Amino acid sequence: MTPSKSPSTDIRARLARLAEPAAAASALRSRSIARFTERADASGLVDVAYATADSPVGPLLLASTQNGLVRVAYTAEGGEGGVLQQLAARISPRILERPARLDSARRELDEYFAGRRQAFDLAIDWRLTGPFAERVLRSTAAIPFGDCLTYGQIAAAAGSPRGARAAGNALGSNPIPIVIPCHRVLRGGGALGGYTGGVERKRALLAIEGVEPPR
Amino acid sequence: MPVAFQSFFDAHAGVVLGFLVSLVGPQEAEDCFQETFLAALRAYPDADRDTNLRAWVLTIARHKAIDAFRARGRRPDPVADTEDGPWAPRASAPMPSPSTADPDLWRAIRALPDKQRGAIFLRYVADLPHREIGEALDCSEAAARRNAHEGLKKLKETWS
Repeated sequence: MTPSKSPSTDIRARLARLAEPAAAASALRSRSIARFTERADASGLVDVAYATADSPVGPLLLASTQNGLVRVAYTAEGGEGGVLQQLAARISPRILERPARLDSARRELDEYFAGRRQAFDLAIDWRLTGPFAERVLRSTAAIPFGDCLTYGQIAAAAGSPRGARAAGNALGSNPIPIVIPCHRVLRGGGALGGYTGGVERKRALLAIEGVEPPR
Repeated sequence: MPVAFQSFFDAHAGVVLGFLVSLVGPQEAEDCFQETFLAALRAYPDADRDTNLRAWVLTIARHKAIDAFRARGRRPDPVADTEDGPWAPRASAPMPSPSTADPDLWRAIRALPDKQRGAIFLRYVADLPHREIGEALDCSEAAARRNAHEGLKKLKETWS
């Protein structure tokens, strides 16, 4: 299309400019969005509410159902999209960003990272874990701040003394890291072992708890 | 593979709000916007993944706009609304226009017949194809094209 000063071009250009972000980001838009989110939540239509949070181990996505905290995800590497997609497929696509529903989780995590909290007091929704993994993760949740167990010990605690490898798998797919402290489970012989968010994060979390991380 | 509602919402909230403002003005648009997305959220898990979700939510929006006018016991009469309707700022609660950049143009869009103003917005502001505009306005692709064209012609006359 050739540039022209005809009224036709002017009107079309002016119409196209109405869609520009500066115009769209009006008070009407932000108020409409905020009120919709509130009403959706109040109507019980939000099956999964989520929020994002910064932390010393990178950005986190926190997600909660009506039953409790269901997911904590590290998003620095993979972004939020994949996590939301997984939640949509496994729980419900009725997912909305609703930070108010994650207030207590965010506050407790902040306190933990600031060294002012040693145990989390949050309702947990275990639906993303199978029965064996849930037993392993519940045993893991009982490991006190600053303590560590081995994969073999945690398997035994979950009632499966020879299931160290299976326990390792369950911990590796822990949907609620940090809050369910799978970083407190090390390999036998003092090795660090793996971690769902990478071993550097495991090291950092153990350091927060005053544990000298093994090599 | 289902998509999280938030992603769907982020993708289409802007076009739905603009569409509603062009249909009913900013006062009514805010309520209609919420009713639209509440209805969409309710139906979302059952929405057919093969349908065009943007056209789907725009159709819901148009129905909510019609409901809003019915609730007030009048049909969307663009001419009657123009001078002292939803566009007129209320002294007690001044409403920001959706685009502070060109309020005259928004007012001119609002003065068009309702089929034309919906088509104008979807075609020239939101840049949707005529086929999808037809879906959203429940008319044929040809009718959508004609309405957008007629609307543009009228807008041009306004400034000629």
